[in-house]
Amino acid sequence: MTDLSWIDVGPVADIPRQGARTLQTRTDRIAIFRTLDDQVFALLDRCPHKQGPLAQGIVHGHFVTCPLHNMVFSLETGAAQGPDDGCAGKVECRVIDGIVHIGLTDLQAGLRHAG
Amino acid sequence: MNHVTAVSRTVRPRLVVIGNGMAGMRTVEEVLSRAPEKYDITVFGAEPRVNYNRIMLSPLLSGEKSFDEIVINTPDWYRDNRIHLYSGDPVVKIDRARKVVISRSGTETGYDQLLLATGSDPIIIPVPGHKLTGVVTFRDVDDVDTMLGAAAKGGSAVVIGGGLLGLEAAVGLQSRGMDVSVLHLAGHVMERQLDPSAGYLLAQELERRGISVITEADTAEIVGTEHVTGVRLKDGRMIAADLVVMAVGIRPNGRLAAEAGLTVERGIVVDDVMTTSDPAIFAVGECVQHRGQCYGLVAPLFEMAKSLADHMAEIETSGYGGSVTSTKLKVTGVDVFSAGDFSGGGETEEIVFRDAGRGVYKRIVLEDGRIKGAVLYGDTSDGSWYFQLMKDRTDVTDLRDTLAFGQAFAGGAAGNPLDAVAALPDDAEICGCNGICKGTIVTAITEKGLTTLDEVKGHTKASASCGSCAGLVENLLAATLGGDYQAATVKPICTCTDHDHDSVRRLIIAKNLKSMPAVMQELEWKTADGCHVCRPALNYYLLAAWPDEYVDHGASRFINERVHANIQKDGTYSVVPRMWGGLTNPRELRAIADVADKFAIPTVKVTGGQRIDLLGVKKEDLPAVWADLNAAGMVSGHAYGKSLRTVKSCVGQEWCRFGTQMSMSMAVELEKMTWGSWMPHKFKMAVSGCPRNCAEATIKDFGVVATDGGWDLHVGGNGGIHVRATDLLCKVTTDDEVKEYCGAFIQLYREEARYLERTAPWIERVGLKHVQERVVDDADNRKALFDRFMRSQKNAQKDPWAERASENVDAHEFKGLPMIAAE
Ligand SMILES: Cc1cc2nc3c(=O)[nH]c(=O)nc-3n(C[C@H](O)[C@H](O)[C@H](O)COP(=O)(O)OP(=O)(O)OC[C@H]3O[C@@H](n4cnc5c(N)ncnc54)[C@H](O)[C@@H]3O)c2cc1C
Ligand code: HEM
Ligand code: SF4
Ligand code: SF4
Ligand code: FES
Repeated sequence: MTDLSWIDVGPVADIPRQGARTLQTRTDRIAIFRTLDDQVFALLDRCPHKQGPLAQGIVHGHFVTCPLHNMVFSLETGAAQGPDDGCAGKVECRVIDGIVHIGLTDLQAGLRHAG
Repeated sequence: MNHVTAVSRTVRPRLVVIGNGMAGMRTVEEVLSRAPEKYDITVFGAEPRVNYNRIMLSPLLSGEKSFDEIVINTPDWYRDNRIHLYSGDPVVKIDRARKVVISRSGTETGYDQLLLATGSDPIIIPVPGHKLTGVVTFRDVDDVDTMLGAAAKGGSAVVIGGGLLGLEAAVGLQSRGMDVSVLHLAGHVMERQLDPSAGYLLAQELERRGISVITEADTAEIVGTEHVTGVRLKDGRMIAADLVVMAVGIRPNGRLAAEAGLTVERGIVVDDVMTTSDPAIFAVGECVQHRGQCYGLVAPLFEMAKSLADHMAEIETSGYGGSVTSTKLKVTGVDVFSAGDFSGGGETEEIVFRDAGRGVYKRIVLEDGRIKGAVLYGDTSDGSWYFQLMKDRTDVTDLRDTLAFGQAFAGGAAGNPLDAVAALPDDAEICGCNGICKGTIVTAITEKGLTTLDEVKGHTKASASCGSCAGLVENLLAATLGGDYQAATVKPICTCTDHDHDSVRRLIIAKNLKSMPAVMQELEWKTADGCHVCRPALNYYLLAAWPDEYVDHGASRFINERVHANIQKDGTYSVVPRMWGGLTNPRELRAIADVADKFAIPTVKVTGGQRIDLLGVKKEDLPAVWADLNAAGMVSGHAYGKSLRTVKSCVGQEWCRFGTQMSMSMAVELEKMTWGSWMPHKFKMAVSGCPRNCAEATIKDFGVVATDGGWDLHVGGNGGIHVRATDLLCKVTTDDEVKEYCGAFIQLYREEARYLERTAPWIERVGLKHVQERVVDDADNRKALFDRFMRSQKNAQKDPWAERASENVDAHEFKGLPMIAAE
């Protein structure tokens, strides 16, 4: 893997439990999820099926269901579950002292947030 | 200050210990047992007493133990071991250059080796009022004395923090006669040790004992002038209190160490032999940070004490390797156990076992065939077995199917659930509600030749009440009949449960289940928090069952209902304001035009529902768009919801030369009465002013068509892939009747249809007659249905757009996260 730049996007508490928020990078939008057990995961906010915004889906266990056509993806690996094929882009993410950090590639890094 | 002096004879290296607590004294004991003569030992303790068992403060508070019973080392012990103890005299400074410590009384004591065992400090959240008298923490004997003083006067206590300590404090204070409330920030108590299901059971048990548990309670202020009188929450609620116990967590106490220039991060940083950044100084207990980890339980510090004692006594040691911890709540009669990482997901597999009848919940998380974590509630007898299997990293693949039944069962042959029921003794209770044992059921099956679940229900009453043992009964049938048994096919809601929609609805009411965790526990859900299929259904069923109490769970709604707009294929949204009965006016049209200009909305379309759709709105613009529409008096049209959509109308008697009734005003009245109500599926209405039916009322869920002398009421129609024309429900004469029949019909649909079942398939399933019997023939029942509908409307008719545009509800939905800092 190329080197990542880690950026801080604020406390875990800013993300709703069993929900998600997004982060706009220069090249794409990242969906940052918080599960019922307070773990945090990140995927590209773009469903491999028809670009559905995964951050808007229902979060259950460590999975999210795409809001457009109900494909289910693992938050941990990005892999589609069940009979469907496909993989949502996994984004590196870690929590240090309650603060969420996202690992951006050089391309993604640098620019403003979504507002 | 209290000084126990001992006489020292030879010149030995001087060991000074700061902290007369559990870790410090355990280390001293371990050193003495290995090398009794090695050190000349001096101990400084901030507390004015000998060393006692801190974890027994909870039974001390509740009265189950006295102070003498929790002392670990008496004054004689210090004397016999020739330890100098300075109690009530904290060390205030370490001078590393001169190798001396200075205590508050001014005593300077030289050391060759220094041991820091300063424990941790309770965290005090700095809300206004935190310094009032009557606000205490729960850490030492003095705190317990303060609490007992308050409890002696009776009154009420508020415990802030529903973790292990907070709950033990709450139970203790309650047993001393106080009225206790626990305020907890997270969604369920002990959220770090328990998952939501176990947290739910625990909170329920506490409530049963009379302790009120308020979750998601964020303290704004502690109120009082000198002495505390209450606690105010951020949502405005006030809870009266004569005593406030803060039990929100602990912070490793590394102050002295930091001032002396040692490496301190979250705690005092130590290596595997508990040595700090200064080789002459060791540290143990809650004050340390080892391999990035800080601990708040005694088991790890006892392990630390052993490793350090080996090192100090110069015994070969592999050092301290970190600890795997487990937790048990020390409340008499409540069995809770948790260990390891039980969060699940990923490569892990879960085994969930729920026995609602006995109030038992077990969840075991496996990874690579090994136990990674476990949560047990109600029956913790196998906790230590699971913990051992976990620590030993035992491969449990062969035990997997019966792991949840515990060690006793695993002792026998490993097998499948059928063998498990076969192995149960005849007097094992299968149906908790009706107290039916296995023997009774098996006898009935063999003697009466029963072959189905329904027959067993009929003959024995097993599973006839709450139905949660139906699975076990089916296993019993299968085990008894062997190959002859064909399981009945109920279609479960989804793979998270064996229950179908109808039984879930029935049980929510029968068992008085009022929250999602309650349903999942009592109905033995197989996943921790459901999935996208069952969660929206449960949310609706709960809302419909408890309109006055249930708090809508946004995270269980589809995106459209969560953000109150329709998601489009490109991720933008559409906004459809309500136009009552399809009527509008220049002011509304102007506002819509202005909004479309201001936010550069690409498409403005007249919908088939007689209103205007603004398409292509960016998500972050939604609240501002709504604010402008609200300002012109418009509210959400719920074009996105499983809810009332539109009421179309024709121009009717108001204008049309054929019109026999006022269809426009009827449509407006019906829409004003029904808007905002959540339904199993979308619900559309129309009102036509004469039988020519220009408003197409006969393909609506509820259609109203005027006749000469009154109105025809039609139900169960829809357009779409399979068009279905309505059935005629009945004819009525007055406008009030139209409204009452409409409300009653909607309520029957709301109470009986399955989630995502429109009125057409519902009526085909239950039959028109079923509906007519309840809505038309039985006037009392119609009235009751109508009243229930209107009562639930009281809570439902709140414009969701206004809440988001001006009351800041769910603001997180509409804003991205900021990039705060880059490393
Ligand atoms: C009410 C309660 C219930 C608990 N229940 C459990 C349980 O069920 N299971 C479990 O595993 N754990 C439990 N714990 C946690 C357990 O008690 C602690 O993990 C343990 O006591 C920590 O030991 P320690 O020696 O690190 O700290 P402590 O026992 O706190 O000892 C530190 C001592 O150092 C003293 N000190 C601090 N600074 C100075 C100074 N400058 N000079 C001199 N002395 C100083 C302090 O006054 C204190 O006496 C409980 C704790 C509490 C408060
Ligand atoms: C069964 C599958 C159906 C689906 C998935 C569906 C989907 C949708 C969607 C997504 C919209 C909203 C468009 C927007 O964002 O503005 C919409 C609106 C609409 N649909 Fe459908 N629809 C279905 C069936 C029907 C049927 C059977 C009818 C009528 C007979 C119908 C009539 C309408 C009307 C009138 C509107 C405009 C709504 C309004 O004014 O609120 N739809 N539909
Ligand atoms: S339904 Fe009758 S009243 Fe209404 S517009 Fe048509 S003809 Fe006129
Ligand atoms: S008919 Fe309905 S679902 Fe189909 S494209 Fe049109 S709006 Fe979408
Ligand atoms: S776009 Fe995600 S499932 Fe179709």
